[in-house]
Amino acid sequence: MAEFKQAPAGASANERLVTWVDNRFPATKLFKEHMSEYYAPKNFNFWYFFGSLAMLVLVIQIVTGIFLVMHYKPDAALAFASVEYIMRDVPWGWLIRYMHSTGASAFFIVVYLHMFRGMIYGSYRKPRELIWIFGCAIFLCLMAEAFFGYLLPWGQMSYWGAQVIVNLFAAVPFIGPDLALLIRGDYVVGDATLNRFFAFHVIAVPLVLLGLVVAHVIALHEVGSNNPDGVEIKAKKDASGKPLDGIPFHPYYTVHDLLGVSVFLIIFSAIIFFAPEMGGYFLEYNNFIPADPLKTPPHIAPVWYFTPFYSMLRATTDTMVNVVCVLVGLGAVLAALRAPMKAKIAAVVGAIVLIVLLKTFDAKFWGVVVMGAAVIILFFLPWLDHSPVKSIRYRPGWHKAVYGVFVVYFAVLGYLGIQPPSDIGTLVAQVGTLFYFGFFLLMPWWSRLGTFKPVPDRVVFQAH
Amino acid sequence: MSEPAVDKSRRNWIAITCGAGAVGGVAVAVPFMSSLAPSERAKAAGAPVQADISGLQPGTMMTVEWRGKPVWIVRRTEEQLATLKPLEGELADPFSKRNPSELTPPYARNVPRSIKPEVFVCVGICTHLGCSPVAKFEPGAQPSLPNDWEGGFLCPCHGSTFDLAGRVFKNKPAPDNLEVPPHQYLSDTLLLIGDDSKA
Repeated sequence: MAEFKQAPAGASANERLVTWVDNRFPATKLFKEHMSEYYAPKNFNFWYFFGSLAMLVLVIQIVTGIFLVMHYKPDAALAFASVEYIMRDVPWGWLIRYMHSTGASAFFIVVYLHMFRGMIYGSYRKPRELIWIFGCAIFLCLMAEAFFGYLLPWGQMSYWGAQVIVNLFAAVPFIGPDLALLIRGDYVVGDATLNRFFAFHVIAVPLVLLGLVVAHVIALHEVGSNNPDGVEIKAKKDASGKPLDGIPFHPYYTVHDLLGVSVFLIIFSAIIFFAPEMGGYFLEYNNFIPADPLKTPPHIAPVWYFTPFYSMLRATTDTMVNVVCVLVGLGAVLAALRAPMKAKIAAVVGAIVLIVLLKTFDAKFWGVVVMGAAVIILFFLPWLDHSPVKSIRYRPGWHKAVYGVFVVYFAVLGYLGIQPPSDIGTLVAQVGTLFYFGFFLLMPWWSRLGTFKPVPDRVVFQAH
Repeated sequence: MSEPAVDKSRRNWIAITCGAGAVGGVAVAVPFMSSLAPSERAKAAGAPVQADISGLQPGTMMTVEWRGKPVWIVRRTEEQLATLKPLEGELADPFSKRNPSELTPPYARNVPRSIKPEVFVCVGICTHLGCSPVAKFEPGAQPSLPNDWEGGFLCPCHGSTFDLAGRVFKNKPAPDNLEVPPHQYLSDTLLLIGDDSKA
């Protein structure tokens, strides 16, 4: 509880107002803690734009979303036409909708880059595990938000995309069919489904998302930002207790981020005005056809930001399950040779149980598990990485190559997910899926190997 | 300052109150979760539909809507029926042994999976993730299909292939054959889909 303060005699009206507010609400205190006296490392590079950009896109999505809801009708008979009404008849409706649809893709671009920044600079390492976990939860919410929102225009891709994803849940053994029924609210994707997806998209998920964003930022401001060198700036402070390598977020990084915002808005506007459909990647052409429950479009693919995970789903065939069984067996044999006695038994028993399960349930179910696990595994990254240094800058050269291959495979999986299924594509996706999981699951071993470079005491920074 | 003695009886009451509160909370969640289940109106929908197949030419198919799903009626030619038997080795479940109670009614548990050999009725929804496969009756090599393709159905979503009796090929994402819905002939050319109880 703060002392009640008195504005000094002869204070300006403004000062007196601030004092009045501060006695009732910690406005100045909050501003200092999170802006003017929040010390961020001075060596941020362009990778650090994406956090504030994600916040900007969130605001764009909320504002445009509110205005779209004023004209949209969540009704299977009216939804498609109401979107066309927004596009043709509502004054400037086309702009608001294109901002929202482009914003969805922009959100994922920005967030993928933001997450990759965290990965290469070890921003998830102790003591920032919770920042990373909140971030992964935000990513999960974002996927849910995108999925629910995609049904709303009630086009062919909306309909069949929802059909496929809801049926993923039906693959869960025992409770699956009932679960899918509970999600759809009908025996097929229909009006009930559209109505509840609308509720999730406009209120339920955004509420959770906003809460998580607040938690993400509070956790970040509690421990302080990481930086490209992975050096803790709090370790070296000046006489007044400020980090030597830290600069106040405001005005330094607010002004710095304005540059990022400007560049982002140039690109964002260019897309909105010149290529809002982005060649069918941001708005798929099949979605300009109203939903038809009797006919799946000849080629359906999710929007680009889901395709890496979708590829992994498609890659999980019976052959793939057999390959995984062999790998689990090899892992168990390796554990039996190397590990202590108790771990040996646990590993062998675990492997046998896993192989029996793998062969008991359909590959279809495992496809769903693989897709889910590909996202969930991110939550565990802080405990998978055992490298002695945080930043990629001081890790062995070949680690950079591993991260490079990871990015390439992620992109290749994304590309394959857009393409129609083919034998060679499936094979490449299977290799990619194994690499993706190998990257994470073997990280406790490979991340320790190699010759690490010495980490400096202070951040590397040349004033320009 | 010494710790005041713990009043056990108050602690017990706190525990009981919390427990009762939790039970109440869970009980309140029940109506909310139940409201997500299909409504009475949704349950009431789904009456059987009739289909007139008098105009259906051999080698063609028609689609009718039943319970919001596409139901295909295919009139197969003699050549097409002849492809079914030799394919058995390439199919995941050639004799429809999996979940017969849900997928294959007793009167369709035969090689052509139909009442009349030439007229095949099935729900046109892939057993993988619910896309509607497309008819690929033309034999021979074509995109997304094997070179020795005999005619059948291809699911555009994940590449599952089915033969002309809706049986799924091996090593495809779909685990099951296409569902044959309950159906019966009201006359020689009039099908009733969704009801197989003999009147």
